[in-house]
Amino acid sequence: MNSTLKDFIGSMGIARLIIFAFFVFLCAAAVFLRLDLAELLTSSLARIGMWGVLVLAMLPAIVSGTGPNFGVSLGILCGLVGGLTSLEIAYRLQESVVMGPGFLFSLAILIALPFAVLAGFGYGWLLNRVKGSEMMIATYVGFSVVSIMKLAWLFLPYSSPEMAWPIGRGVRVQISLANRGITRILNDFLSFRIGDVIVPTGLLLFFALCCFLMYLFLRSKSGAAMYAAGDNPRFAEAAGVNVNAQRIFGTILSTFLGAVGILVYAQSYGFMQLYEGPMFMPFVAVAAVLIGGASVKKATITHVVIGTALFLGIQVIAVPVANAFTADWSSMGEISRKIIQNGVILYALTQAGGD
Amino acid sequence: MAPNTVLRMEHIGKSYYGTQVLKDINIAVKPGEIHGIVGENGAGKSTLMNILFGMSVIHSTGGYEGSLYIDGTSASITSPQDAMALGIGMVHQEFMLLPNYTLTENIKLNREVLKPNPISRVFGDNLKSLDFATMNRDARSALDRLHINIEEYAQVAGLPVGYMQFTEIARELDKKNLKVLVFDEPTAVLAESEADHLLNAMKEIAASGIAILFITHRLGEIVEICDHITVLRDGTHVVTKPKTETDVFELAELMVGSQMEAADQSSRDTSQRAKLLEMRNLVVHMPGERVRGVDLDVYDGEILGLGGLAGQGKIGIANGLMGLFPTTGDALFNGTPIALNNPKASMAQGFAYVSEDRRGVGLLLDSSIELNIAFSAVQNQEQFIRRWGPFTQLDSGSIRNHALQYIKDLDIRCTGPTQLVRRLSGGNQQKVCIARALTMNPKVLLVSEPTRGIDVGAKRIVLDALRRLNQELGMTIIMTSSELGELRSICDRIAIVTDGRIAGILKPNDSDVNFGLLMSGQQASKGA
Repeated sequence: MNSTLKDFIGSMGIARLIIFAFFVFLCAAAVFLRLDLAELLTSSLARIGMWGVLVLAMLPAIVSGTGPNFGVSLGILCGLVGGLTSLEIAYRLQESVVMGPGFLFSLAILIALPFAVLAGFGYGWLLNRVKGSEMMIATYVGFSVVSIMKLAWLFLPYSSPEMAWPIGRGVRVQISLANRGITRILNDFLSFRIGDVIVPTGLLLFFALCCFLMYLFLRSKSGAAMYAAGDNPRFAEAAGVNVNAQRIFGTILSTFLGAVGILVYAQSYGFMQLYEGPMFMPFVAVAAVLIGGASVKKATITHVVIGTALFLGIQVIAVPVANAFTADWSSMGEISRKIIQNGVILYALTQAGGD
Repeated sequence: MAPNTVLRMEHIGKSYYGTQVLKDINIAVKPGEIHGIVGENGAGKSTLMNILFGMSVIHSTGGYEGSLYIDGTSASITSPQDAMALGIGMVHQEFMLLPNYTLTENIKLNREVLKPNPISRVFGDNLKSLDFATMNRDARSALDRLHINIEEYAQVAGLPVGYMQFTEIARELDKKNLKVLVFDEPTAVLAESEADHLLNAMKEIAASGIAILFITHRLGEIVEICDHITVLRDGTHVVTKPKTETDVFELAELMVGSQMEAADQSSRDTSQRAKLLEMRNLVVHMPGERVRGVDLDVYDGEILGLGGLAGQGKIGIANGLMGLFPTTGDALFNGTPIALNNPKASMAQGFAYVSEDRRGVGLLLDSSIELNIAFSAVQNQEQFIRRWGPFTQLDSGSIRNHALQYIKDLDIRCTGPTQLVRRLSGGNQQKVCIARALTMNPKVLLVSEPTRGIDVGAKRIVLDALRRLNQELGMTIIMTSSELGELRSICDRIAIVTDGRIAGILKPNDSDVNFGLLMSGQQASKGA
């Protein structure tokens, strides 16, 4: 009995157990404080769907051996460029072609694809030159690119009135998707209620579809090669796998999933956030996948799903619970979220060199 | 007992986790004597030196048996610091020098000559100034003893290796209490003229009253300068002889010993067969196992052994043929050139490789047995794959059946084909590696160190499997091994690699003397 308990703790990882215990504690507190459980569950489901694809973007990066993609903001920016461009196209062709929201959403993904491939290729090439310190380089790639794009947002020739500042140059900080009807297009697809809980069926299905495609990919010849390149590069090289090419491919996939992920996120949120928006998003995704049980060297789809549910569940519930405890200290929820997020990343990174 | 021995080691023994690696070694060295220690890899030379130096690897694994006497008094050496305090010095095989320091600074490192200054008088000894004048003088005199005329204030970085070696020696000589100096394969990295210079320097050091322990596998050097020679083999003390009573041939024979395993197969004369593989001036830049120009023919359907001491380059040949390390030169397979430096091309030619580094290169440790077995064939031959245009899926059914077949054929002891390879024993891991290579249906199988780190029973199975493949399928096998006995038990011909080149090709039933001589860089004696 004692040893099975130890095995259980060993396989779960002490950090994951603490987080899980904290989650249970928050749920109990929410019940005890008579918070609106249906609303909490509704918003938990929505947040899980919103973030799922972004967390999934960590998988190809870890599997191919470049570690958690702290630079997924690169992919996020590609997604935003795709989104803005599709809106701009719709605005310019307004008279001649009428585009539905579903079409615009798909168009955004399609436009983001070539950007993600190019950016991912260059980023992967860079990561191949800095083997051993990918995570730090990735973090700064993310920061730099977000900063460069802050400048670019001011100069890119987007002229649609829903994006541009009324006076002066550049695009706004937040761009609403409501006008084009893209807001919640996935969330509302086949959506239904159980009691007061709203299930965002389309959103969850989309996440599940992405996971399933990833599962198929990992079971392909190419996926097996990528796994070997990440797990044991010398083995892979000796078996005729081009390790550097696999790492670049993994980075491209991760970047593209980041692009898709932000578009999914934006349609649920109702806005695309530019400038500072993408700066710290990678940390949430990294923390989620690590909480799910991934390490910087190993990750599975299960880790992604568990991690997304656990971490975003905590995020949603922690805020109102903290607020209920400390009525006039309303940033408590945000602070506790940050503590968990960065603490988990810190813990996982200290484990990285352990074996 | 000789009254004036500076170092006496009596009944020294050592075991690691129940395996006896040294047994009853007795060595006595007088001041001014040069004492040679020879033996193959794994004979126990380095373990003996680790004991002498009190290295932590000895003491963290339960210490050693027997006793050590320095100047006739019993000594207990439990750390390298103890050894140094007792006057034992060592010239390492790998240089332990700081490249951006000068010769003087390296020689005097941590033993600097200090002089007081006003600050140190107030704040203590740690702030004393370095007395460079005295230090340079000391360094100069140490270098002069070695007849090195390089400036003591030159930086170590960029010096030729020979000078680095002499700097190391100068550092030991500068220690005033030095009584015993150990040279661990000092000539391995030196050019011939430098090696001669070193041997002369060693004689002079000995003449000044310091005892020298000289470890090498170059028998010529041993015979040239040593007064006494000790031969170790498999952790036992074979013999200690004065130089005058022995010669290179006898030493070679003693070193190799009679390791003949039961050879159930009389070696075949394969030289009339077609040449399957020709290597011309093959150079492989594999660190630690550099191949410096190999010319070698492999005949169709034979088992060719590659033997030789560690670090001489035998391992590099297979790695070069498989494209795992930068390689130049020519290799022809059936008359057509092999694209070097490209593992995929080598495999497409029909080569398969079982690496000497089983856990590092040979396996995906955290994957299942079945994936490990199928992996190379999936990536290179599209076996076990279902394909729809650009999309592929692994065919788990056929992968499973294939794995089950090999688990049966090679007798892989496991809980099932999905067990993680990490949880298998060494011998069973090796079988998985061989199964992966065989899955490629190779024309030439390259096997490196197939029995390293596996137990006797598994060894037998692995060797039998190789022989069966050769006899039943006519597969050509190139087997690299440090264990001569193993090569002699299954190979048709054995090429001995020394100093990155083929020193000679022998029959398995050639005499021990010839094997020993080739391995130590001497010419084989005709008709010995």
